[in-house]
Parts: sequence; C-alpha cells; structure tokens
Amino acid sequence: MNTLSRVFPMPVHSVMLLIVWLMINSSIGFGHILLGAILGIAIPLLCAPLRVPQPAIKKPIKALLYILLVLKDIVVANIQVAFLVMGPLRRINPGFVAVPLDLPDELPITVLASTVTMTPGTVSGEVSKDKKWLYVHVLDMPENEQEVIDLIKQRYESRVKEIFGC
Amino acid sequence: MLDISIVIVAGMLCIALILNFWRLAIGPHVVDRILALDTMYINSIALILLYGIYNRTTLYFEAALLIAMLGFVSSVAFGKYLLRGDIIE
Amino acid sequence: MSFAVELIISVLLIIGGLFVLVGSIGLLRLQDIYVRLHAPTKATTLGLGSVLIGSMVYMYHQQGFLSINELLITLFLVITAPVTAHILAKAAMHSKANILERTRNQHLVENARKQLPPEQNDQQGEKKD
Repeated sequence: MNTLSRVFPMPVHSVMLLIVWLMINSSIGFGHILLGAILGIAIPLLCAPLRVPQPAIKKPIKALLYILLVLKDIVVANIQVAFLVMGPLRRINPGFVAVPLDLPDELPITVLASTVTMTPGTVSGEVSKDKKWLYVHVLDMPENEQEVIDLIKQRYESRVKEIFGC
Repeated sequence: MLDISIVIVAGMLCIALILNFWRLAIGPHVVDRILALDTMYINSIALILLYGIYNRTTLYFEAALLIAMLGFVSSVAFGKYLLRGDIIE
Repeated sequence: MSFAVELIISVLLIIGGLFVLVGSIGLLRLQDIYVRLHAPTKATTLGLGSVLIGSMVYMYHQQGFLSINELLITLFLVITAPVTAHILAKAAMHSKANILERTRNQHLVENARKQLPPEQNDQQGEKKD
C-alpha cells in the first residue's frame, strides 16, 4: 500500500492525464497509451510536493447534477446579460454585495466563486482573509440586495456544501 | 449555405475584434486593456475554428488549444503583475 | 451533406457569432470596468461554446467519429474564464479603478481591497442610497 501510494501519489490525476493525452491525440493506439501512462506516472511524481491537500468530492452524482444546473444557468444568464447590454444603459444599476460564506476550505470556495462568476449578472471579486465573506459585483441590482445573497446561498452554496459533505 | 453562413460569422467576429481593439486603444485603465486583450484571444480562437471548418480540416484545433492556454496564462500574469508588482513571488 | 445538418451547423455558428459580437459591443459600450467585466466573460464564452459545438457536429458528419479536441477547448475555457475575471476584478479593486457613480455599496470596495470582512453597521446604514 505504501509503495503503491508512493508510485501513484495522485491516482485520479494520473488517470485524468492519460485520458486527456488520448483525447488530444484522438487515438487509442498502443504507443499513445504507453506514452500517456508514462506521462501520467511521471507528472504526478514531480508535482506531488507542490500539492495542498483538499477535501474530496463526496457525492459524484450530486456534482454531475450541479454541473448540469450551472450549464443551464449559464445559457439563461447569457441571454439576460445580452439584453441588458444591448438595451439602454440607464437600466443597468450595478452594485457590490458581501456574501457570507459557510464553506471551510479553499476548493469549495473556488468552485462557488467560479460558479458565481459564470452565472446571472454577478462577478466574484475578492474573498476576505478569514474566508467568511465573498465580495460580489452585481450587474443589475434588485431593490432589495438580500435577494441576490439569498439566491447565491440557496441555489449554489447549499449544493456545493452537499457535494463536498461539509 | 454553410459557406455563406461561415462568411457572415467571420464578418461578425472581425467586427468584434475591431471593437475589442478600439477598447484596447482607448481603455482608460490598464485593467480595461488586459480585458480587451483577453477577449481578443477568445475571439481569435473562434476565428481559427471557423477557418478550420472552412478548410474542412482538424489541423487547427491544436493551434486553438495553444492560444487558449497562452491567453489564459498571459492574462493571469498581467493581473498578478498589477496586484503584486511582481510575477513570480 | 444534407440540408438539415447544414442548417443546424449554420444556426449554431450564427448564434455563436452573435454572442461574441454582443460581448464585444458590451466591452466597448458599458461605462465602468466592473460592469465591463460582465459582458466578455459570459457572452464570449457562450458564443465560443456554440461555435465549438457547431464545429463538433461538422467534424462528426465529416469524419464519422466524434472529435474530442473541441470538448477539451470548451472545458478549458469554462474552467479558466471565471479565474481570469476574478483576477481582473481583484486587480481593478487593487489599483482603485474608477467606479460608476450610481453603483451601490461602494464602501465595500475598500474593505475588499484589504481583504477585511465588511462592517455590519455600515452595510445597514448605507442601504438606502
């Protein structure tokens, strides 16, 4: 077990490297599998000392559903933003919001911040040092700014929390 | 029909590139210029893919992938430079 | 190549081109840097995704097998676009870029720049403007 984990410090990354190598070459010939396997073993060995431990994904099915939800939201968001951009500029009321975070680790916060940036009219700007607040710029602010915070917390943060099981 | 629509879309992308270039030239702030450059990278990826369809070849995908990676790395490097005054900490 | 396939590819390409154009128009037209960040990061990514799907359908029809390189490019862009936007927003806050006057909660920028938590009283007090 110990030798195995020394040769494969990041097994998931090794498999992913192999798959991406085969995807780039779009072939499954023996030579490509061999070369991909060598790269998949060598690169994690070189990169293992640089790694910061992160929580693992606990519920892969929920993660898949989350990705689908976000993809749908990206399409809807783009159509909304396109209409806002093309319409009269006076209609745009920008604003900043500080969203309280309940996520303990860096990877979940990164996932949440990326989601916030890709979805309707919000761009994440900064995370406070104690990792408790996410500063968000809102393109079209509703009268009550609590609506935006609730949307982010209920629609995305609760799901991210479930996925990482924290 | 495909040939006509490819020409139309190429025209749109060229107009988009010109608009980005305009923002790159007038941008009041440095961040505006970096943003314009980043958008130009993405638009040129679209243009290259379109050229690939036009010539019926998959040869250009590697070039598109390379431009995507270089664009991302250079934008982040510019941003880091503005943040810290130094690229490698 | 049948008419239906050509139609699908053309529609996908034109939607993609339109979104890329909207992103660039937004980049030129909107008024301050934070608002400008919204247009290219979202619209351009979706436009490029649409062009990539069109290209994927075309190559599938041409070669008979699904070419996966486009998927890789799409994946890469969807992962990296928010990171770029985040870094640029950080850089804009750090270098005190001009903010549109009617932006609400402008005092949060100062806290965000120092990576401090916002003061609760402030947030409640300036809610009305």
